[in-house]
Amino acid sequence: MLYDEIPPEIGPFDAENMLIVATGPLTGHFLPASGKTHFGTKSPATGGYADSNMGGHFGPHLKYAGYDVLVITGKAESPSYLFISDDMVEVRLAAEYWGQGSITAEKDLKRQLGDEYQIITIGPAGENRVRYACISHDFGRQAGRTGVGAVMGSKNLKAIAVKGTGSIPVADLKEAFAKGKEAYQKVKAKPGFEGWTPEGTAGLTNWANEVGVFPTRNFQTSYAGHYKNINGKAILDRLKITDKGCFGCPTPCGKYGHTRTSSGAAYVEGPEYETIALFGGNCLLKTIEEVAFANYLCDELGIDTISAGVVIAWTIECFQKGILNSQEIGREIDFSDLDTVVYLLNKIANREGIGDLLAEGVKIAAEKTGNGSEQFAIHVKGLEWSGYECRNAPSMMLAYLTADVGAHHNRAWVLGHDVAGAWTSVHDLIASGAEHEAQPKAVVSDRSAQYVIASQHTRSLFDALGNCRLQMMELGFEEEHYAELYSLITGRTKTWEELLKISERIWQLTRAFSVREIDNFDRNIDFPPGRLYEEPIADGPNQGHVLSKGDIHNLLTWYYNKRGWNENGIPTKETLKAAGLQEVVEDFEARGLF
Amino acid sequence: MELRPIHENCSGCSICRLACAIENFQEVNPSKSLLRIEARFPAPGDYCIHVCDQCGECADNCPEDAIQLQDGVFIVDQDACTGCMICVDVCPRDVMFEQKHSDIPAKCVLCGECARTCPRNAIVLVEEQESEVA
Repeated sequence: MLYDEIPPEIGPFDAENMLIVATGPLTGHFLPASGKTHFGTKSPATGGYADSNMGGHFGPHLKYAGYDVLVITGKAESPSYLFISDDMVEVRLAAEYWGQGSITAEKDLKRQLGDEYQIITIGPAGENRVRYACISHDFGRQAGRTGVGAVMGSKNLKAIAVKGTGSIPVADLKEAFAKGKEAYQKVKAKPGFEGWTPEGTAGLTNWANEVGVFPTRNFQTSYAGHYKNINGKAILDRLKITDKGCFGCPTPCGKYGHTRTSSGAAYVEGPEYETIALFGGNCLLKTIEEVAFANYLCDELGIDTISAGVVIAWTIECFQKGILNSQEIGREIDFSDLDTVVYLLNKIANREGIGDLLAEGVKIAAEKTGNGSEQFAIHVKGLEWSGYECRNAPSMMLAYLTADVGAHHNRAWVLGHDVAGAWTSVHDLIASGAEHEAQPKAVVSDRSAQYVIASQHTRSLFDALGNCRLQMMELGFEEEHYAELYSLITGRTKTWEELLKISERIWQLTRAFSVREIDNFDRNIDFPPGRLYEEPIADGPNQGHVLSKGDIHNLLTWYYNKRGWNENGIPTKETLKAAGLQEVVEDFEARGLF
Repeated sequence: MELRPIHENCSGCSICRLACAIENFQEVNPSKSLLRIEARFPAPGDYCIHVCDQCGECADNCPEDAIQLQDGVFIVDQDACTGCMICVDVCPRDVMFEQKHSDIPAKCVLCGECARTCPRNAIVLVEEQESEVA
């Protein structure tokens, strides 16, 4: 839809850009964790393809109301929200909610409309088009990445509220119900059900430090000595009130709790691993309470915690190196300082002072700031890097370089191939008990391309199906179950292998979109910042390791070859034809893109 | 038998409600569910499960005697019910439901599907004696 309707002349914040709110064929059905909602648009972060997804209950209710997909174009004349109650669809005024935080607006809308409404909101950051503004839901779930909240804000759209009281059809309800129940039993029988669930993704914190992949001090190193003060156990001991699950989830990773710090106290969902990595590691916040408070503030302001953690750490390093001074910033700032984080988040969300520069994202901020700050602006294509440091992890490095939305782990997670041997689930890895031993230098080989592509296809398929992948990825619940459920629910019999072919087509199409939209597209667009291939890791288990520029080129070349892309990373005519994308071939020919 | 909610085990996933709707109405439509999950956010930040405990308030207040105890479960007699909805008003747990496409209210028939489905044992089926001891 984006490829057909949004040509290069239309910018991310132009009224003509689309915000596509999509469920998948499994969303809202009876199987583990079918609660996903996806947001697709032209990216404020990269100018190319963007999507971001969230769990919660919104997608299922959208389907019960009778809608698979909402396509939002244009721009409201004044702040508005979209109200959907089954067949009734209204654009309503939202003046009283505009300016409110995401959580406050959701609370007030629920109070006005009723608890049975599922609501998504943006905060001030979305209203002010911060390029990494998120869309929030269910008091702690976010479609965090790529600036989808800024696109929503550019349309003057504060919120969408939906109530669905209809039923969704199933080809073979009896069998699908039986198979769904069996799926729950099988997930419960996995070792990770008891072992992984209590801490959720935060359980990765120990392991990420023990093997040295934890982004720390603006990716200067990959190990944070205080990690046991910001890990999953710290959440359970000091913050947690309840587990908080998305629709149908048997293994809720959401940990809802309360935090108290010198900067304030708050109820907050999380922090999950990524937020711990980017605020606890990258900005060096000292305690889980501080990380949780930064998390809360991001949620309320409507800012992605990952991008924010990268942007703030970059700003602190600029200050330490004398590239930005306290007059430009408005005060002195430092790592390990919650006040610094609180100060900068508020500036960013409101685009005040230095915040106006930082709201553009680390790529644009570094380009405007110059003086060598591009070297340590940690992003790919303009999207800030998420929570895994990769200078001794070539497969994961390649995953970040080639993710269609920019430097995000959502598309492929292949660290298991870099730092461990055979593994079937993340729970296996965490339970493997790695200790702080010096890690051997990773071998760079063409196998990385095959690992990354396999993971990209698997994970994208979960996104396309509208189902969470964590039961498969973290617990090792087998993919074939999803194919069986897909077949019973839709009436179209498919094997997992057949479904994976959809992913291949998706990857060619999203790449083609970005090639068309991003000026002068070539392999440099896929390159990391200099720090990640020129500066050896400062300390920790991977001390001294770094991939060379030649390694990066080799990784990209192996990947491009396997994808059927040319040396600049552009899909060839034959590749696009083989994927059934004849209309893209014609468009590329007309635009001279081959 | 009786349904017993264990609120602190609930993570709000609501799959119990979908299981209930499929089992009792053969529809993928949780709005037809005969139990409620109350999500109390942002504060105090927890879940409260509301299930029918077969207390009989509905039957006691039915002017038509259309709700009868059968094998420990209060059942609505669809022929005798006039749809006055007094039972909906008096239910202390708010789990007597008006239905969208019917004049007859609906209530839990103790099929136990919610308890069997819950992956976290937040709703359990217990013998009544066990329940009283607890």
